[in-house]
Amino acid sequence: MSVALETTGLAKRYGRTWALRDCTLSVPRGRVAAVVGPNGAGKTTLMRLAVGLRRPTRGSVSVFGQAPRDDAESLARVGFVAQETPLYRDLTVADHLEVGRRLNGDRWDSTSASERLAKLSIPLERRTGELSGGQRAQVSLTMALAKRPDLLVLDEPVASLDPLARRTFLAELMGEVAASELTVLLSSHVIADLEHRCDYLVILSDSRVQVLGDVDDLLASHAVFIGPADGPVPDGVSVVTSQRTDRQRSLTVRMDGPMRSPRWASHPISLEDLVLAYLGAPGAGTLPGPEGST
Amino acid sequence: MIGFRLDGRSNVVPYLQLVDQVRQALRTGLLEPGDQLPTVREVAESVAINPNTVLKAYRQLEHEGLVEGRPGQGTFVVRSLAGPSLASHAALRRSLHAWLQKARDAGLEPEDIEALFGTTLHAFEQEGVA
Repeated sequence: MSVALETTGLAKRYGRTWALRDCTLSVPRGRVAAVVGPNGAGKTTLMRLAVGLRRPTRGSVSVFGQAPRDDAESLARVGFVAQETPLYRDLTVADHLEVGRRLNGDRWDSTSASERLAKLSIPLERRTGELSGGQRAQVSLTMALAKRPDLLVLDEPVASLDPLARRTFLAELMGEVAASELTVLLSSHVIADLEHRCDYLVILSDSRVQVLGDVDDLLASHAVFIGPADGPVPDGVSVVTSQRTDRQRSLTVRMDGPMRSPRWASHPISLEDLVLAYLGAPGAGTLPGPEGST
Repeated sequence: MIGFRLDGRSNVVPYLQLVDQVRQALRTGLLEPGDQLPTVREVAESVAINPNTVLKAYRQLEHEGLVEGRPGQGTFVVRSLAGPSLASHAALRRSLHAWLQKARDAGLEPEDIEALFGTTLHAFEQEGVA
């Protein structure tokens, strides 16, 4: 299995503050990887390091086996949409496409970019400052995709959009993933938007990697257990969070193998609940073994 | 061509929801041998889900011998699940529609109707066994 993004002991310090510490992870090629975590956990820093906009203080990062920023060829393989999807507000959509074509040369796919914008009814002659937030996000996505990148990095691309625009954006993204060998790194605060869309999960917490792995594997190895308030925790599980009322106790657990316990009712967990459980328990974590779990 | 949907509140994992929807379409005759399923890209885009989920569903259907992937062409239905009872579906659907209208007029919500149907069907099956 080939790897799209790999970091080893990656760390970044701004002044006296470590924005990222000892970050070791790998994202397999062809995946849609979610990067989640509280504000200040290092998501944006990780993304900027991955696309070569920042250099590591320590450790290393590689994209398809090469350090980003080392050469124009490796940069050409990476598309990046920063937070707030920055565009030149006084330039028209057509101007943006022209700039992209000039900067990217042969790799630039003008045809599919124009087709995509036409399908979304985004007027080419309009200044981007006059577009809606959803349309600007689509123009940014179109620009990033027109490079025909192998890795697409999206930093909170849908944060400021209304629900319909969010769905349209994510639908376009999923269609694009189906059509190409694209690997996506996507950060979002809205976990519900990531559910059923991301198949790989990176949780960053306090500038470290807290959880890493295949989403289906993580959902299969975690569960919510409801049981007696005073009973012992079942064997063979690691408790991520525990909530107790006078009648019963609710545990979010990681199971080390298939297990049944007569006193505990086991319920499947959603991605959102899994993420929330770990975000609420910064001391807990789950990482694949040295060989990776997939 | 059939359209897919995803029930976010369902406990059934997404790829099996897609599998079930195809099976159901095969059972009711909505899909017949020779019909083409939408492409993985079309489903990923229309439902806004990860294309690997769609691939997994199509592989499962292929494994069950219901559909067949033809390289460069798409995925096609090769077997129907509609039994000999299919001919009577239309008349039954009409009388069910009339019954649903009565249920709604009596103030039943969709959840009430599903619950009533489910318990009645269960009781009916039990009678048959006894």
